[in-house]
Amino acid sequence: MMKKIALNGAGLLVALFAAFPVYWMVATSLKPNREIFSSTPRPVPAEPTLEHYREILTGNLIPGVTFTDFFLNSVLVAGATVLLSGLVALLAATAVARFRFKLRTTFLIMLLVVQMIPLEALVIPLFLMIQRLGLYNTLPSLILTYLGFSLPFAVWMLRGFVAAVPKELEEAAAIDGASRAQTFRKVLFPLVAPGLVATSIFSFITAWNELIFALTFINDQQKYTLPVAMTFFFGRDDTAWGSVMAASTLFTLPVIVFFLLVQRRMVSGLVAGAVKG
Amino acid sequence: MTTLTEATGEAAARETPARRRRRRVDHLPYLLLLPCLAIIAVLLLWPLGQVVWMSFHKLDSVRQLRGDREWPWIGLANYAQILGDPFFRTVLRNTVLFAVANVALTMVLGTLVGLLLNRLGKKMATFVASCVMLAWATPALTGTIVWKWIFDDTSGLVTWLFNKLPDGLSTALFGRSDWTGYGWFNDPLLFFAILTLVVVWHSFPFIAVSVLAGLKSVPTELQEAARVDGAGPWKVFWKVTFPILRPVFGILVVLSTIWDFKVFTQQFVLAGGTQDRSTFMLSIYSYAEAFSPPPKYGLGSAIAVILTVILLVVTALYVRMVLRQEDE
Repeated sequence: MMKKIALNGAGLLVALFAAFPVYWMVATSLKPNREIFSSTPRPVPAEPTLEHYREILTGNLIPGVTFTDFFLNSVLVAGATVLLSGLVALLAATAVARFRFKLRTTFLIMLLVVQMIPLEALVIPLFLMIQRLGLYNTLPSLILTYLGFSLPFAVWMLRGFVAAVPKELEEAAAIDGASRAQTFRKVLFPLVAPGLVATSIFSFITAWNELIFALTFINDQQKYTLPVAMTFFFGRDDTAWGSVMAASTLFTLPVIVFFLLVQRRMVSGLVAGAVKG
Repeated sequence: MTTLTEATGEAAARETPARRRRRRVDHLPYLLLLPCLAIIAVLLLWPLGQVVWMSFHKLDSVRQLRGDREWPWIGLANYAQILGDPFFRTVLRNTVLFAVANVALTMVLGTLVGLLLNRLGKKMATFVASCVMLAWATPALTGTIVWKWIFDDTSGLVTWLFNKLPDGLSTALFGRSDWTGYGWFNDPLLFFAILTLVVVWHSFPFIAVSVLAGLKSVPTELQEAARVDGAGPWKVFWKVTFPILRPVFGILVVLSTIWDFKVFTQQFVLAGGTQDRSTFMLSIYSYAEAFSPPPKYGLGSAIAVILTVILLVVTALYVRMVLRQEDE
């Protein structure tokens, strides 16, 4: 009995340590300024207010540019990254999971090794490439960069999802006279789609969170992605903690929602029973 | 099932297109791989070579990068300059000590939480795991900003907490009783301590969840048998659980090492940029040399190469481990 209490107590401590900063971010964003800057912090907002959110969403961070503009820049970059990386990864994952060919193992090892390249070490050469291509200070420079970063992991992950689709389904379709393209489109794709969603979410999070490259490749403030805008406008202004926390909450929310979605296993339900009978 | 077998037999007799295709070399897989290979080659491998090439040159202006000006070849001069600089040794020491401390703390905390989750009741385990997931899901950027707010020198929670300490005790322990306005990030050692807190907070969930997954795959009979034989929890862990999960721990340690060696975002945000050289580690040092005016792209590249080589060694270990596991 004592042991159980001790275990549960430890569990509560861990939960508190892990979740508190996230809670504190949201709580602060909902407090009026006099509560935020009072000498005795309140654990729960006494008079919750949305004023900081209103401030952020309606005000201009720089003349003519709002928080929403930065948000849209980020959505555009992350969205394009997800689409491109999903498409390319699906093709590669199919090749690896469905075919035996000479360089297959070599390719897999390369995927592993490439994921270990410290991206921080590539800022300088990629800056050079972006300069040479004339893409400096454009959003496509980021899309291209994030595509490279997210692809190896996307292929690695998607390979498992493709392999999980029973081969018999495709063979049956082929026997029924379906061409390879048809088999891919009508059999494999619908079954892999949930895996593709999960993989896309990881690519999205990579692109959405990235700071260093966005900081280096973009010069115009209107083209800043959200992370750069946050470090630039809020990181230096230590007085407006309410707005900073409201912006942080808006930035974090999609990531947490997506992340929790991926955590659930989506494939199993779809494939189970497909081959039986 | 019967229909399928019949169909297969019929198809075999007829010699399907699929069969005919199998006889000659199939180009389709290579075609499918082509876009992926091209992207990896252009965006990851080529720049990796390029950074080495750049480190042998004196590159001090963007115009050189654009190709408007010459790239003077200076051989190993950049490396000589860095390795001869006592500041580099400080940075290297900071990086290694930080990585070792963070890997150790992350592994210990993560493993303990993993073991705890395995022992808790179903409802409690789900609750704690959900909270742990929150820390994992939070982006490095906003997670760090929140910790910065918690350590704010006027209205931060930690400042308030230290002000709450009885004045006598606080003075006896730290030599001050009024903490308002205390710069938590000014002392390098304290800065690294807070950075460690932030990084461990971000990275222990992954370890905890992986250890938990490992524990779930191990039959509990072994642990129970050891317990029945009178082994304490410490002994059960080291004599039974740990040996079985050794491959998992190996991979987790290597991955954590790789991640903690190149921490950037958390440090950049916590330090508010690249001005404070006293807390530099390799990745931010390389970045600052290259991009803080005056730009020194060649020198920055040389530092990046050194960082890469260190990580390459760790990666080699990692790949060997994964391959050994795939074989099993």
